[in-house]
Amino acid sequence: MFKVNFVRQDGTACVIEIGSGVSVMLAAVRNGISGIDGECGGCLDCATCHIYVDDAQINALPSPDAEELELLGSVKAPRKPNSRLSCQLKSPFPIETLNVHIPEVQS
Amino acid sequence: MTGLVVIGASYAGIQGALSARDAGYAEPITVVADEAWLPYQRPPLSKDFLTELATEESLVLRDKAFFDNKGIDLILGVRATDIDRQSRKILLGGHSALSFDKLLIGTGSHARKLAVPGADLGGVRYLRTMQDAIELKASLRDASEIVVVGGGFIGLEVAASAGKLGKKVTVLESSSRLLERAVSPVVSEFLLDMHLQHGVDVMLGETVVSINGQNGRVTSVSCGNSARLQADLILVGVGGLPNDQIAKDAGLDCSNGIAVDDHGRSSDPDIFAAGDCATHYNTFARDWLRLESVQNAQDQAKAAGLAIAGGTGPYDSVPRFWSDQYDAKLQIVGISRNFDDQAIRGSIEDGKFSVFYYRQGRLIAVDSVNRSGDQMAARRMIAGGISPSPDQIRDASFDLKSLLKSANGVGV
Repeated sequence: MFKVNFVRQDGTACVIEIGSGVSVMLAAVRNGISGIDGECGGCLDCATCHIYVDDAQINALPSPDAEELELLGSVKAPRKPNSRLSCQLKSPFPIETLNVHIPEVQS
Repeated sequence: MTGLVVIGASYAGIQGALSARDAGYAEPITVVADEAWLPYQRPPLSKDFLTELATEESLVLRDKAFFDNKGIDLILGVRATDIDRQSRKILLGGHSALSFDKLLIGTGSHARKLAVPGADLGGVRYLRTMQDAIELKASLRDASEIVVVGGGFIGLEVAASAGKLGKKVTVLESSSRLLERAVSPVVSEFLLDMHLQHGVDVMLGETVVSINGQNGRVTSVSCGNSARLQADLILVGVGGLPNDQIAKDAGLDCSNGIAVDDHGRSSDPDIFAAGDCATHYNTFARDWLRLESVQNAQDQAKAAGLAIAGGTGPYDSVPRFWSDQYDAKLQIVGISRNFDDQAIRGSIEDGKFSVFYYRQGRLIAVDSVNRSGDQMAARRMIAGGISPSPDQIRDASFDLKSLLKSANGVGV
């Protein structure tokens, strides 16, 4: 079973197991990890599931597609090289425990 | 038990409970819902669920773990029938009761029924809930000729899904264009062409006079122009009505929904409402609005949850909506009705364009088809009161985001 370690703004963290085919966004919403809204459910319409992937892990993940990049271009929290939309990160990952940081604000 | 009681495991109901808890509300929280399912995602019910790309399991929105983690009690399959404001209780099915200090109503909306002879025949369906979707999906499998009554969001999304499943589909819309209440004629025209190209028949300005059947099952639809369409399944999508009867019965102010302030508070200061069942004065539209959208449900419920916990953070989001039909991603921000000018960016022929709507020179709304970048920039422009000129919109070389950066030096 793969895991996601969600790190909040205040530095506290929460590890959640994630089933196959489930996105990081949906895992967060289903478990009540605040700060990830996922309003559109993962169809790349809303950009309310922005997260930062751990710098050491970002390159191990498949690259974002054009649509995700388009949405990332206007997220409300600062966009960084490790910014991703968590609806596009689905288990299984190439990493056993993915570390993600929750931004201060969603779009 | 006292504390916060929430009626409805809807987007609004659950978000309100979550926001109250996250804001430090320490009293018990109980959510009561008449549906039997864990809270689920509703937008896919007209799309991926019908085409079997999504399942009941994949649409779960809030797991049992959510309720355990947040210390929220969930009572499913029980209907709240009355609110007793004197004794601060809600009645459950007439037998038991729950006491509350604060109450949040997130009862959603129901489908407006078609009022014509034959509307109660088997094979006439509506789509609002998981149960509706399960039944519609089963009916779709066996159906061959489908008539969709209503060219709004639900009607068009079901038409696209049924078309994907290889069914013969006819959409009947009583007004002169599709999605009339949500988009302008330019976008309506684009959607019409798209549906026609995908083999869906669309009849505009057409009303249903009666539904005809045999042995209790629908066989055809009679239209106002005296045409008769063969049909073995009819999906009616002619709008929604607020589930506000319980609030009306309790004497709360209601007018097409439970009237609430910008904290989701009703005319009783301890009773809140959010989502499809509530109506609020929207500062962007400058009018009272009852919105049926995930964004409205969640953002309004966040404001209510904060207020319930004793905090404050008024609901002031710009309304937004989306719809996916075939390969078109339609995104809407703002309320475009009453626009007096418009400018188009991109190419309608290529199926990638945005329509910017103005009223008295002020940008009030933007519809985008496969132009997410425009839409994201527009969201922030409308929220920040920034209005690019129509000429800037039409100029493909003009960078919309440059306006966001220059507005206050750090972005809006």
